[in-house]
Amino acid sequence: MPEFLGPFLEVLIGGLLAGILYSLVALGFVLIFKASGVFNFAQGAMVLFAALALVRSIEVLQSWGVNAGLAIVIGFLFSGALMVALAFAVERMVLRPLVNQEGIILFMATIGITFFIDGFGQQIFGSDAYQLDIGIPKESIFLLEGVFEGGILVNELDLWAGATAGLLVLGLALFFQKTRIGRALRAVADDHQAAQSVGIPLNHIWVIVWAVAGIVALVAGTIWGSKLGVQFSIAQIALKALPVLILGGFTSVPGAIIGGLIIGAGEKLAEVYIGLPYFDGGIENWFAYMLALVFLLIRPQGLFGERIIERI
Amino acid sequence: MLYREAGQYKTSYAEDQQIFPIRQDRIAVALIVAVALVAVPLLASDYLYTAILIPFLILSLAAIGLNILVGYCGQISLGTGGFMAVGAYAAYNLCLRIEWLPLPIAILLAGLIAALAGILFGIPSLRIKGFYLAVATLAAQFFIDWLFARIGWFTNYTPSGSIVAPQLNVFGWIVDTPMEKYLFTLIVVALFALVAKNLVRGRIGRTWMAIRDMDIAAEIIGIRPLTAKLSAFAVSSFFVGVAGALWGFVHLGSWEPLAFGINRSFQLLFMIIIGGLGSILGCFLGAAFIMIVPLVLNQVPTALGIPLSTASISHMEAMIFGVMIVFFLIVEPHGFARLWSLAKEKLRIWPFPH
Repeated sequence: MPEFLGPFLEVLIGGLLAGILYSLVALGFVLIFKASGVFNFAQGAMVLFAALALVRSIEVLQSWGVNAGLAIVIGFLFSGALMVALAFAVERMVLRPLVNQEGIILFMATIGITFFIDGFGQQIFGSDAYQLDIGIPKESIFLLEGVFEGGILVNELDLWAGATAGLLVLGLALFFQKTRIGRALRAVADDHQAAQSVGIPLNHIWVIVWAVAGIVALVAGTIWGSKLGVQFSIAQIALKALPVLILGGFTSVPGAIIGGLIIGAGEKLAEVYIGLPYFDGGIENWFAYMLALVFLLIRPQGLFGERIIERI
Repeated sequence: MLYREAGQYKTSYAEDQQIFPIRQDRIAVALIVAVALVAVPLLASDYLYTAILIPFLILSLAAIGLNILVGYCGQISLGTGGFMAVGAYAAYNLCLRIEWLPLPIAILLAGLIAALAGILFGIPSLRIKGFYLAVATLAAQFFIDWLFARIGWFTNYTPSGSIVAPQLNVFGWIVDTPMEKYLFTLIVVALFALVAKNLVRGRIGRTWMAIRDMDIAAEIIGIRPLTAKLSAFAVSSFFVGVAGALWGFVHLGSWEPLAFGINRSFQLLFMIIIGGLGSILGCFLGAAFIMIVPLVLNQVPTALGIPLSTASISHMEAMIFGVMIVFFLIVEPHGFARLWSLAKEKLRIWPFPH
C-alpha cells in the first residue's frame, strides 16, 4: 500500500461523512421544492429551531427529575410536535396568502420566515451554545489498522449519522412509494393542477410536506447538535446545503444524497490538498460553490434534476 | 385635482419622450432635489448624516445596481455584497498604488473593475436560470469574501486585514465633515440614478426587459442573450461597485472584509423587493424602509421604557422584521413603487373615480 493512501482515505471518509449532514439539510429543501415549488431558505433556521427545542426541553425535563431516557423521548415528541405546528402556521399565514406568486416572492417570504424563526427560537430557548447529548457514542475509532500504518481515524458519531441518514432516506422512500399520502405528494410534485383536479387538496399537502421537512430538520439538528453543539452557527449550514442542491438538482432526493457526498468529499479534499499547502486555507467556504458552478455549466439542471424544457 | 395631466399637450417627440412627461412630476422632483441640496444641509444634524442619510443614499445606489440585474433583466443575484467589496477594495488599491489618481476617477475605475468581475461571474447565466443561477452567484460572494480576507496583497498586508480609506479629495475639494460627505454622496447618487433611469428607458433597457419576460422569445425576435445578459451584469456590477467604493470611503472610512458579507446581499435584495422590482424610485423607497425600520425597532423599547436586554432586543428586532417582510409581500408583492403608481392613478381621477 502506498504511503499517501492512508491519509487520503481518512480525509475522503471524513468528507463523505460530513457530506451526509449536508445531504440531510438539502433533503428538507428538496421535499418542499418538489411539492410546492417554494425555494425554502428557512430550512437552516428550522434545523436550528428544532435542535434548540430538543436540547432545551430535555434540559427542562431533566431538571424536573424525569430520567434521562424518558426525557429524550419526550423531548423528541415535543420538538416534533413543534415542527408540525410550525408547518401549520407557515401554510396558514404565509403560503396560503401568497399562492400563485412568483418564485422570487416566495423565496423572499421564506427569508422573512428565517428571520422570524431565528429570533423567535433564540428568544424562547436562549441564544447560548448548548451541549446536546442523547447517548450517541462519540469515540474516535480506527479502521483497517492492519492495512495502513495507524489505521484510518473515524468518529463513531459520524458513522451513526450516516446510518441515520440512510434510515431516514429509506423511510422517506417507503413513505413516498407505499402510502396514500405519499402517492398524493408525488402527484402534486408532478403537476399541481392535475393533482388538484383529481381532488388532492393542495393546502393539506403543503402542511404535510412542511411537517415532513420539519422532522427531517429535527433529525439533522439532532446530529449536527450532537457533533458541534447547538448554537446559532448551525443555522448557517443552510448555506452549505445550497451547492449540494444545485449539484444534485432541486427536485431529486437521491440527488440531494449523492450531491452531499460529492460536496462533502470534494471540499475536504480541496482544503487539505489545495487550500492548506498553497493558500492560507479557508477555501472550504467557496470551493463547494465553485464545484457546483463548474458542474452546472455542463449540466444546467444538476445531476438528477428534471430536464428543463422551454417552449414559447 | 392637483395631479392631473389633462391639458398638457405634447407637440414634439422630444417633449413626449422626456423622463417626467407630467408637469406635476417635474415640479415634485425639482422640489425633492432642492430639499435634499438646500434644506437638509441647513437643518440636519451630524447624527442624521452619518447614521441615516449617507448610508441610505449609498445603499439606494447599490439597490439601483441590483435592480437593473434582478428587476430589469430577471437574473437573480445573491452576490451583491461581493461586488460591493470588489468596488471598495479596487478603489483602495487604486488610490494606494497610483498616488496622483484623483478620487472620482479612482471610484469610476473601481466601478469598471467591479463590472469586469460581474461579467466573469455572469457567464454562468448564459447556461443556467432562476434559482440555480441565484445559488451560483453565491459562489461569487463567498469567493470574493475569501479573496479579500486571505490574500494579503489586496489589503496591503495589514496584519488585521482592516483598511483605512485615504482622505477624500475631490479635485481639490477636501470632503471631511459629515455635511460635505452627504453632499458628495448626494451628487454622485443623483447623477447615477439619472443615468440608470435613462438606461432602462432606452434600447438597452428594453432588451433587458425582453430577456426578463421570456428569454427564448427575446432571442427569437433578434436580441442576443449573450450581450443582453452580460451587459446587465456589467452595468449592475458597475453601479454596485461604485456604491461599494462610496460605502468604504465615505460611509465607513475604515473597514474589514466582513463589511461586505452575505447579509449585505440579502439586505439589498430585500430593498428592491420591498421597494419594487423594475423601478428606480422603488430602490430609494425600499432602501429607506429597510434602513429605517431596524433603527426604529431598536429605539422603541428604550423609548417606551420597557426593560429588555440587548439580546432580547436584537431577537425581537429579527422577529418583527421577518413578520413585516412577510406581511408586505402578502399585502403588496410588487412593492412600494406599485403602491405609489396606484396612488397616482387614484389621484388622477379624483374626485370622480368612475
